[in-house]
Amino acid sequence: MTTLPSTLHNGLSRGWVELLQFARDKTAMIFTFSFPAILLILFGVIFGNEYNDAGVNAAQIFSASMIAYGIVSTAFITMGIGIAVDREDGTLKRLRGTPVTATAYFIGKWIFVATVSLLEVAVLLAIGVFGFDMRLPGDAGSWWTFAWLFVLSVISCTLLGIAASSLVRHARTAGAILNVPVVALQFLSGIFIHPITQLPDWMITLASVFPVKWIGQGFRSVFLPDSMTRFEAGGAWELGRIALALGAWCVAGLILSLMTFRWTGRRDG
Amino acid sequence: MSQAGAVEVRDVVVRYGDVTAVDGVSLTAPRGQVLALLGNNGAGKTSLLQVCEGFRRPDGGVATVLGLDPVGDHDALMPRLGIMLQAGGVYPWATVGEILELFAGFAATPLDTGMLLDRLGLRGVRRTRWRRLSGGEQQRLALAVALVGRPELVFLDEPTAGMDTEARHTTWQLVEELRADGVSVLLTTHLLDEAERLADQVVIMRSGRVAATGTPAELTAAAGIDLLEVHADAGLPVTALGDRIDAKIDETSPGEYSIAGALDSAAIAAVLAWFAEADARVTSVNSRRRTLEDVYLALTTTRAPAATSITTSTEAPR
Repeated sequence: MTTLPSTLHNGLSRGWVELLQFARDKTAMIFTFSFPAILLILFGVIFGNEYNDAGVNAAQIFSASMIAYGIVSTAFITMGIGIAVDREDGTLKRLRGTPVTATAYFIGKWIFVATVSLLEVAVLLAIGVFGFDMRLPGDAGSWWTFAWLFVLSVISCTLLGIAASSLVRHARTAGAILNVPVVALQFLSGIFIHPITQLPDWMITLASVFPVKWIGQGFRSVFLPDSMTRFEAGGAWELGRIALALGAWCVAGLILSLMTFRWTGRRDG
Repeated sequence: MSQAGAVEVRDVVVRYGDVTAVDGVSLTAPRGQVLALLGNNGAGKTSLLQVCEGFRRPDGGVATVLGLDPVGDHDALMPRLGIMLQAGGVYPWATVGEILELFAGFAATPLDTGMLLDRLGLRGVRRTRWRRLSGGEQQRLALAVALVGRPELVFLDEPTAGMDTEARHTTWQLVEELRADGVSVLLTTHLLDEAERLADQVVIMRSGRVAATGTPAELTAAAGIDLLEVHADAGLPVTALGDRIDAKIDETSPGEYSIAGALDSAAIAAVLAWFAEADARVTSVNSRRRTLEDVYLALTTTRAPAATSITTSTEAPR
């Protein structure tokens, strides 16, 4: 008997079709990319040159921090909504009736989300570099940090998005439901508010439990000079702690998504 | 290969909250044959299919598909099945060609997608996005997706719904070819001509139960005639004829007599002999063979019997 195509093959071919879908659905594409970009432009223009310090202005800080928002909104929200929609419109069910495994499904989703997140980050960086004179790091070490940070961020957020999708009863309310924790965390985690040190201690403590604070802090470490660590809650970039926190969220997200993932809706079947 | 059927369902129960959609159904779909599940909307056909397809565990009973448990042995079973759902689950922005290639890519030895597109009349819309297809085209693509993996067993949920006559006939031909190739088919339909044309076995469902099973011939009592209409003098004492044959006899309007039942040659001879003995002037005799539709309507509309099986040709439609 001929062997079946591998899980990886099925995942890749699904990821490709998801990307095709996304590229053709202009409304979804434009809004996915434009929302964090518009917020960045607004924050950058409004706060402009505030706390201009050591050659770093607020717009450049937001350019670094907003990468966290871009990844969270793409990976977590797009994933959460995407799965809720797939579940509601029968995509998951149709795949369930084929040799496609759950792993292959998630590989496809992850390829889609990671690609879109990468493009999102590129858009935000372009705005930062060309709009707000943000400097891109010239050393390999910073880009290595960028790489592992991006991968851990996307993995943890997609896994949490999968888990969160099971809280969504109807696809049409998914956006509203999933945006609540995301937007709240942007404020708590020093993404929309800078510096994070002006927040009450309990807020910082609360934010430290979730991944967003660590993602934002990590990207600031990549794009801002080390002198800026004095605006961080811990007074340092804490890269080891960031890796640990995001790694822990990847594990927690995996467990949560395995526990909660359903192929069909509650009323379906 | 085991002698067990392609699908074996034993006492399967499916509940949605307080509603029992499938209430203790047992059936066997033999390998290499076409079994049609016939019933009104809400009869439980799709729910039963969902159990066989592994989309849900039955709330009672057991379903075995190709000798496997559809839920527990899901990954081993799926490559051997072709499933056509009623609706949904196709990427709206992807084209017909992309969708079919995607699903072909999941199979070990897929059919030639070009051939399938030609057979189902989809060649012309190969580059059309799903969302721009007509309902019938979407159905045909869904069928192509179900067949592209060379399944051993195909589940078709109302396969020709929304199709025009030509597409319907193409679909029927495809199902007949599948059968000729030894593929087992379990389909649901509420189209009687579809069941009569395609099915080796028909299971009529009503309110979640099996109301009748049998071949179309058995169900329609093909060997016999189920209605004689005799035109003769008005007011003949036809009730006396009831002593000679087991049939329902009425003078439906003056001079028009209907004799309904499973009428074999002897019964027909007895009817005509009675009219002769009564010295009646018979002006016409019409016979009617029972159709699947009669059986179906009798079983699925008012006062259907709670019978779980009617497998003989002697049962009168009531």
